[in-house]
Amino acid sequence: MEKPVIAPATEGLAGVGGSALSSGTARWIGILALIALAVALPFALSKYHVFELTMVIIYAIAVLGLNILTGYNGQISLGHGGFFAAGAYTAAILMHRYGVPYWGTLPPAALICFILGVLFGLPALRFEGPYLALVTLAMALATPQLLKYFDSWTGGQQGINLPKPVPPHWLGLDRDRWLYFVALIVLLIAIRIAANILHGRTGRALVAIRDQPIAAAAMGIHTSRYKTIAFGISTMFTGVAGALAAIVVGYVSPEGYSLFLSVSFLVGSAVGGIATIGGAIVGGLFIEFVPNLANDISDAAPWAIYGLAMLLFMYAMPRGVVGTLWPRIGRAIIYTGSKKAE
Amino acid sequence: MARSIIATSALAIGLALTSGLAFAAGQYSPGASDTEIKIGNTMPYSGPASAYGIIGKTEAAYFAMINEQGGINGRKINFISRDDGYSPPKTVEQVRQLVEQDQVLLLFSTLGTPPNVAIHGYLNDNKVPQLFVATGAEQWNNPKKFPWTMGLIPSYGTEARIYAHYILKNLPNAKIAVLYQNDDFGKDYLNGLRAGLGDKAAKMIVATQSYETTDPTVDSQVVTLQGSGADVLMTAAIPKFAAQAIRKVYDAGWKPTYFLSSVSNSVGTVMKNAGYEKGVGIISAAFAKDPTDPQWANTPEYKEWLAFMKKYNPSANTADVQGVIGYSYAQTLVAVLKACGDNLTRENIMKQAASLHDMKLPMLLPGIALSTGPNDFAPIKKMQPEKFDGTTWKLFGEVISGS
Amino acid sequence: MHQFLQQIFSGLATGAIYASVALALVMIYRATDLVNFAQGEMAMFSTYIAWTLVNAGLPFWAAFLITLVVSFVGGMVIERVLIRPVENAPVLAAVIVTIALLLIFNSTAGWLYSYTVQDFPSPFPDRPIFGALITTRDLGVIAVTLVMLVMLFLFFRFTATGLAMRAAAQNPESARLCGIPVGRMLAIGWGLAAAIGATAGIMVAPVLFLDPNMMGGVLIYAFAGALLGGIGSPVGAVVGGLIVGVTENLVGTYLIASQLKLTVAFALIILVLVFRPNGLFGTAIVRRV
Repeated sequence: MEKPVIAPATEGLAGVGGSALSSGTARWIGILALIALAVALPFALSKYHVFELTMVIIYAIAVLGLNILTGYNGQISLGHGGFFAAGAYTAAILMHRYGVPYWGTLPPAALICFILGVLFGLPALRFEGPYLALVTLAMALATPQLLKYFDSWTGGQQGINLPKPVPPHWLGLDRDRWLYFVALIVLLIAIRIAANILHGRTGRALVAIRDQPIAAAAMGIHTSRYKTIAFGISTMFTGVAGALAAIVVGYVSPEGYSLFLSVSFLVGSAVGGIATIGGAIVGGLFIEFVPNLANDISDAAPWAIYGLAMLLFMYAMPRGVVGTLWPRIGRAIIYTGSKKAE
Repeated sequence: MARSIIATSALAIGLALTSGLAFAAGQYSPGASDTEIKIGNTMPYSGPASAYGIIGKTEAAYFAMINEQGGINGRKINFISRDDGYSPPKTVEQVRQLVEQDQVLLLFSTLGTPPNVAIHGYLNDNKVPQLFVATGAEQWNNPKKFPWTMGLIPSYGTEARIYAHYILKNLPNAKIAVLYQNDDFGKDYLNGLRAGLGDKAAKMIVATQSYETTDPTVDSQVVTLQGSGADVLMTAAIPKFAAQAIRKVYDAGWKPTYFLSSVSNSVGTVMKNAGYEKGVGIISAAFAKDPTDPQWANTPEYKEWLAFMKKYNPSANTADVQGVIGYSYAQTLVAVLKACGDNLTRENIMKQAASLHDMKLPMLLPGIALSTGPNDFAPIKKMQPEKFDGTTWKLFGEVISGS
Repeated sequence: MHQFLQQIFSGLATGAIYASVALALVMIYRATDLVNFAQGEMAMFSTYIAWTLVNAGLPFWAAFLITLVVSFVGGMVIERVLIRPVENAPVLAAVIVTIALLLIFNSTAGWLYSYTVQDFPSPFPDRPIFGALITTRDLGVIAVTLVMLVMLFLFFRFTATGLAMRAAAQNPESARLCGIPVGRMLAIGWGLAAAIGATAGIMVAPVLFLDPNMMGGVLIYAFAGALLGGIGSPVGAVVGGLIVGVTENLVGTYLIASQLKLTVAFALIILVLVFRPNGLFGTAIVRRV
């Protein structure tokens, strides 16, 4: 079992690409290069691949939300699929019933999922470890049932078909590429928000709460408030990702939000690196591409191959790809597992 | 002068011949060529609906057999089947890949209502056939709105209406209880029953209970339904839960008139698991032959199917009626593609699919045939009522349609 | 009234199924501090091994014993080979490993045995008694679960290995200093859990019918039951499992439409946990600063 480790004060907190003390210019060049690549890519690929990359971005946003909760806050959630669904159905109902344009559904989805997260965060605070897993598991299981039950709103099993977004004429982009850029902009905003929160007071408080909750409380950090807000921000990100997914796929139904979706987010988070922002993107890539690759390798037992891939990643890089390959970050924020008395 | 006339005529004839030859070489939409026909499909090979994956595997096996026998009009079938785990977003992704990357000619036998609802807008917008969807939902017979989408098997609602008519005729004072799976499949049965009973529905249906596929058993629901005092029970459940329900109803001492959905009336899996004696008297309906029903065991059609399964689909369980369904689906598609001849355009495929006249298939029940028309996209409309006698399903009455 | 009794008994029967899997979960938690999400699938796979043996002609009890031994060894091997590399890694890594095992076992079973539902022989005859309230088979499941519980209790309380295992789980360093082979204890813990799971699966398959997805729903309820009872307590696991089974039935019958049964049942369980965050029989974890 792991022992708790306090982050050495000099190392600072992780952000995008490096610690606060590393060379600022080099970091900015790296980030700009990545963004340039992301912008150029859709023009070199077919519409289908652009659609796939859009899904990667959406999953990355969802996993980023989970990272905030799990990595920085130490709480394991098996229920983020439920918030993904909440965001998706918010968007779907607004578009289908009230004719709200697609871009107008994102702020309400964010707000509603934030509120839901805070509401769930409050009781969830009482629980730890496997108990919290159970509570979040219940959320994931309740979601399809509730969606099917309130069928006058949600369309029940039939689901809701969404109108297809129309890209602005003056850009000359087709729908797939336009939606890719919309998703990319949302991802960049999400990363910016996450970095700001986690670099500042809130972030330091969250790490303190995670590593040494009793000391943190003794120092005057209002643990329940911070933990609840962390939950709310986490679900807000995942909810916005859900809304985007509904818009891009064009259809929502209860079958699309099963327990397996929540599990996939958790897997993506762990494989990418729970306490990292870059890991969210790796997680998104894993969730989107590895199942298809597994299917190509073996169509008799593809999920066994997927499971093997998960095992290999966890053995080789137990802190996730970004968590292991950027050791400074990994060392600075080591996720603690043990809560037993010494 | 004469030479120029002859030259022009020769030129004209030459042009006519070559363009005629170009016609003879075939008209193609993407996915078809002189040598190949690419067919796309999605199936839930994983996840809660994975029991239906055998349909896709059987279809693939059948196409492999056809290829060995020379293909369709000399063209080999390239059947590309992808797993969507019964998750509609995944179905959308796989179908887009099939259409845009793999460039398939048509989508065939895509399984499940939500997955098909997720893709029917895209396929109709792009004028790609969504042919012979593998689901019994009501909505696939809508040629005006979705001219590229066609179902095959009778809808669940049709079947439920058949039961409703039987009840109205023979049990007019019945009190009905319904056990249904809490998804589109179960709901279709419930709604079909209500529609068939008309304005008597509210009075006659005294209790309904649903279950999720994550529920381990349905014993509790059966007990609740029994407590309602009903004397008729309809069960819209998949094989595992159907077997549990039959057993529990018997063990609890309840003896209702029992209507069992055709999805789970297999002798060798459901009735055997429940216990043959516990299923005596149960009424169901069918359109295909149950491979475990002794009455078909010595017929040439069954033997041919069994030989096919053993040679080309050895990993499949031959007790599973879905193997017969997949076989029949594949035969229907092969017949349609053969009828297209060298005109393998998507328009012609839909046209041929909408021109089936009383087409019989070896593993369909006697009296059941496929027919379609420009306004009729429901190839099989009728089912045969049957009653279980402890060993086999005794067909009774006439083949009837549910409308 | 009759209906009420029927629901209670039916709930106890289903609850015993949850309880038996919950016992395996608790076993692993006590030994290694992990929730093994693959427990259900491992049990299912063991049941398929038994089914293969029975179909090959072996009598039931021979198949049962062989399966127990194979499962025990298999559980130990899994712990040594697959769990050991992430023993000192973050907890989430171990969780992911168990989820990966879940997928591997489920997918492999589907590939080897197809998804068609099979029946499975039961050592107990299937006769309704007490006026059709319950069958002898359901009673058999309850009985075997209670027997396993008693055996586990005796094992932990009164045997040297049990004591060593508790020590190894609670404080590995001190246990090592006392000469306890901690690694072997962990492996034995997993082996025992796998054997318990195999027993659960074999008992349960005649009731639920055997298919690769047989244990999916059961695991969720078993998990809830184990936590309700207190994740470290075998007695809690059994009581929790039974309570979950009965609650689920009563909720579905009297409280809310069956379409919301799962949601409401879980909400009630969580409500109980709000007042007793460590479960009914769990002990509060004392953390020293």
